[in-house]
Amino acid sequence: MKQTKQIIDQPLLEVMLDRLCQQLLENHTPFDNTVLLGLQPRGIHLADRIKARLEEITGHNVPLGYLDTTFHRDDFRRRSTPLAASTTKVPFLIEEKKVILIDDVLYTGRTVRAAMDAMITFGRPTTVELLVLVNRKYARHLPVEADYVGRAVNTLDTQRIEVQWKEKGEEDGVWLSNK
Amino acid sequence: MNALRSKHLLGIKDLSSEEIQLIFQTADSFKEVINRPIKKVPSLRDITIANVFFENSTRTRLSFELAEKRLSADVVNFSSSGSSVKKGETLLDTVNNILAMKVDMVVMRHASPGAPHFLAKHIDANVVNAGDGTHEHPTQALLDTYSIYSKYGSVEGKKVAIIGDILHSRVALSNIFALKKLGAEVMVCGPATLLPRYIKSLGVKVSLDVRETLEWCDIANVLRIQLERQQVKYFPSLREYSLYYGINLELLNSLSKPITIMHPGPINRGVELNSDVADSEHAIILEQVENGVAVRMAVLYLLASQHKD
Repeated sequence: MKQTKQIIDQPLLEVMLDRLCQQLLENHTPFDNTVLLGLQPRGIHLADRIKARLEEITGHNVPLGYLDTTFHRDDFRRRSTPLAASTTKVPFLIEEKKVILIDDVLYTGRTVRAAMDAMITFGRPTTVELLVLVNRKYARHLPVEADYVGRAVNTLDTQRIEVQWKEKGEEDGVWLSNK
Repeated sequence: MNALRSKHLLGIKDLSSEEIQLIFQTADSFKEVINRPIKKVPSLRDITIANVFFENSTRTRLSFELAEKRLSADVVNFSSSGSSVKKGETLLDTVNNILAMKVDMVVMRHASPGAPHFLAKHIDANVVNAGDGTHEHPTQALLDTYSIYSKYGSVEGKKVAIIGDILHSRVALSNIFALKKLGAEVMVCGPATLLPRYIKSLGVKVSLDVRETLEWCDIANVLRIQLERQQVKYFPSLREYSLYYGINLELLNSLSKPITIMHPGPINRGVELNSDVADSEHAIILEQVENGVAVRMAVLYLLASQHKD
């Protein structure tokens, strides 16, 4: 029987978003050479929220792009059907920029590896950092760690983390369930 | 749907409208890729593709080669001129020799209709038909219909005219299949000698009058007069053809509405299209060329995804 448990609710999510933005401000103010890249499909909602908050606080435009990793994945031919790509929209060059990759969940690290591969087709950044809402600990296949983490959780391989966003018509929050 | 049913692309006739839509959606993603500063993705990194061209081609072969390289495939090119085909080697022997070099996909152009179908029955690799005689040219039809979809947002309900040498054109046949499957209305127009007798059975309107056709359509796909395929004279002279079926700016400007002009190339300038039309804002001929690379990337990507690691 499928069991689902909410591990982050809407008020806590707001607090976490504020904290993540404060950490970014500490390291990147005045944000004149920093860009955000939200990873498709679900990291873009987190990236949208972060951009909006940063702009509210700094009063400056913070460039944001959406990056799809489909064509750069290493499991392209291991799936029963091909992955459908989402839109990549990076309306700026990232040459010599400080890039913050943003995703909802860090799990095996393969998406982040593919994202770094996809990202450098838009130029060579000075530094790349990773921000995630949920870090699934002890689940990595590749040596990838996040610089900014909303919440670290211990999970089993048989469990699933789902982040929901009101932008998608869902209730804001994070849920843990059995696959 | 997010996979093609067949391991080959032999003709549009075998594709469903859902499969064509899937190719379009995938091409949308690749169109974004080929407009990046670095236009390459690693999707086909360990796939080897042979472009086997038994018949002359410039743009189709270049377009396929570019698509393959943009996907990071390894590419070998073969053309029959200067090869052992001239010494009497059979099609199957030639291709088997290429396959013995561990090729995963074959893109083939051949003068004989059905040659890629024959090949697909005898080899394990994916086969992509890059034009078989006067039969089909599926990737050209896909890029033509994709160009309409890109410009108008949909192909359904559009009135598309195919004008010129329908009899000798594989582009016309594949286009008719693709347009009908996507819900467009199709009219063919040309001299009666260049219209096949069966053409009405494909569910298209037929006209011998180019002005009437242009007034009817939203998009005119103008085909090249294929002099190299004509063993007998189908019309008295190129000058006469140009006079009755050639499209110039004066004719376009006299229509009651603006229409879009397409051409699969190469253009016989001054015969089927005047330069004042080919180079005008009415024409999307260069967009077709750009879309051709994206569509071929999509086809190769979707077929290669059937190779399991």
